[in-house]
Amino acid sequence: MTSLTMGKALTAGLHAAMTRDDRVVIMGEDIGALGGVFRITDGLLAEFGPKRVLDMPLAESGIVGTAVGLAMRGFRPVVEIQFDGFVYPAFDQIVCQVAKLHYRTRGHVKMPLTIRIPWAGGVGAAEHHSESPEAYFVHTAGLRVIAVSNPQDAFTMLQQAIACDDPVIFFEPKRLYHAKGEVDLAADIADAPPMGLARVVRSGSDVTIVTYGAQVTTALDAAIAAEDDGISIEVIDLRALSPVDYRTIAASVRKTGRLVVTHEAGGEAGVGAEIIASVTEQCFHHLEAAPQRVTGHDIPYPPAKLERHHVPDLDRILDAVDRVLERPNSLTGFEEPELRVEAATQAGASESRTR
Amino acid sequence: MMYTLSTDDTATAVDDAARLLAADGTRLHDSRLDHWIEGITADELRGLYRDMAIARRLDAEGVALQRQGHLGLWAPSQGQEAVQVATARACRPDDFLFPSYREHGVLLVRGAAPSDLVLNWRGEAHSTFDPYALNVATPQIIIGAQTLHAVGYAMGVQRDEGDQVAVTYFGDGATSQGDVNEAMVFASSFGAPVVFVCSNNHWAISEPVTVQSRFPIAGRAPGFGIPSMRVDGNDVLACTAAMRWALDHARSGAGPVFLEAVTYRMGPHTTSDDPTRYRDRDELERWRARDPLTRLEAFLRREHELDDAWMLSLTAETDGVAAQMRAAALNAHTRPAIEVLDDVYAEPHSGLQRQRARFAAYLDGFTDVTEAGR
Repeated sequence: MTSLTMGKALTAGLHAAMTRDDRVVIMGEDIGALGGVFRITDGLLAEFGPKRVLDMPLAESGIVGTAVGLAMRGFRPVVEIQFDGFVYPAFDQIVCQVAKLHYRTRGHVKMPLTIRIPWAGGVGAAEHHSESPEAYFVHTAGLRVIAVSNPQDAFTMLQQAIACDDPVIFFEPKRLYHAKGEVDLAADIADAPPMGLARVVRSGSDVTIVTYGAQVTTALDAAIAAEDDGISIEVIDLRALSPVDYRTIAASVRKTGRLVVTHEAGGEAGVGAEIIASVTEQCFHHLEAAPQRVTGHDIPYPPAKLERHHVPDLDRILDAVDRVLERPNSLTGFEEPELRVEAATQAGASESRTR
Repeated sequence: MMYTLSTDDTATAVDDAARLLAADGTRLHDSRLDHWIEGITADELRGLYRDMAIARRLDAEGVALQRQGHLGLWAPSQGQEAVQVATARACRPDDFLFPSYREHGVLLVRGAAPSDLVLNWRGEAHSTFDPYALNVATPQIIIGAQTLHAVGYAMGVQRDEGDQVAVTYFGDGATSQGDVNEAMVFASSFGAPVVFVCSNNHWAISEPVTVQSRFPIAGRAPGFGIPSMRVDGNDVLACTAAMRWALDHARSGAGPVFLEAVTYRMGPHTTSDDPTRYRDRDELERWRARDPLTRLEAFLRREHELDDAWMLSLTAETDGVAAQMRAAALNAHTRPAIEVLDDVYAEPHSGLQRQRARFAAYLDGFTDVTEAGR
């Protein structure tokens, strides 16, 4: 076992994949001589040369569209989108082409692309550099979506994603790029858990927290803190957002009866909404309380000084744990705002605002 | 408001396009093109005529089938047969073509069956042939998206050290799309073996080409570092010559080439369109006089290389192919309901597997097979 940062683990994963299969090419902005703005592709140009490590023009739709063509020629492209917020120009190619070509051609054309995305916030970045767009891709049939939370998964699952014949959107939580963890670099990916399997990262009996990405670390911190209150929390790292491993989640919910889902992305129509809808359908009679979501607000990602109020932290998670346990929490006695509207509306109030 | 071509619009001028066959069939010379069709035989020319005639006949059958309620939609290619047939014929079998939804002539030349042209318009399938069997990508509906795929494919050819060429077809409207411009950036930056074939048919649904470009479309390519030629798209000889030049250039490793074939969309955008709302009758008739088939026929007759007997047998042949296409449409079988879930993924996806199992259980609840659409 080697102690590696997630960034270095990803580099090692790319290296292993490129060594194993010479049809793997990596492409993106600044991934060559610079080694990528996060240094994930560091050293790969020197080792594999410019035919396989491609610095691409500054055009995300062009990068993904040419990756489609390379895949049609039998290559296995690994695209790096420089930042989450820059994936949107490529959205049409991803949704209309990458996701649909296998279906369109009834299996004749495969799209074994991996699209790597430095993802989410908590790094004090400028606007558009802290996006959590995973729900758009989970919602798009034909794509697989992965979100890694630790260096070992980064190393192993990136290789699995590259080897997979389906297109994989691979989210890498940039705030964990420098976080270290133990990685078995000699592990054969053939022996690794399937890419679609969720992992129980901490066993517990009172509440199930389902999460992914950097939130796994926050959820584990919350579980440790909750222990002091005598609450036993089971934390599940989804690892795959499409497909979701409901078998693992359902087994946990049948045990605890109480579910909290947390993610950084806004709650509206997010991955948490999907998980809770599916768990409600599948495990309704095992639920002791209404499942809770702890998510980013439904706002554009805020300026850096305010991001800690947006990204769900340990306290907000524990507040939701209290709520699902029907213990006192921030919403005890809370009246939904709709009930107050009639009382607040007055003719004078609207007049004064227009003057 | 009715739009007409304004003759002082350089963006739409026909006269400066490279030409080897005048509208009346007179043989012309162009120093850029002559040697590329040196030695072309009468048989080859009759072959090109035959290809165009089949394309035209099947296109007319497509329109008829739609009007008769057998197809949901059809995008007519009438008037554009020369550019499609000539450019596709010039390619090698191992070149890879990336067409739009209007390139019926390209599909036919590459070996598509009549049924391949029609089952998607009937709504039975999104694609009707294995792209690797014809080396033609499924005709693209997202405007211009295919140009990037062609460039990527060509970049793959470079990595394989092959000498195949990727050819992509798109219209004048598509040249406004970001993807087409990005494709030209990428093709140029990588020196990729791509031939861009722009069929400037003057209309993007109801929008004249002057809305897309104030400058001749072929004139944009050198700005990207790509050599280009503006050619008479209704002249099958000029299109053949220009394409041979373009393919040779790309195949030799000299990089991408751009051809603007100036032609005209004689029919509507699709059978759902009504061009009388935006287009001038006079303009249509002016272009009818430039028809690609009549000018080649005139030339071949003058050379005594085509006669009424040959035309008669050709008509019988094209009618036969049209009948095959009609039969394919009318005899099409709609797939069972459960197959709507097929081929979303190459590898098993547990979420979709669950949905399939549940949908299958739902369908099993219908005792009447037709009721369930099974």
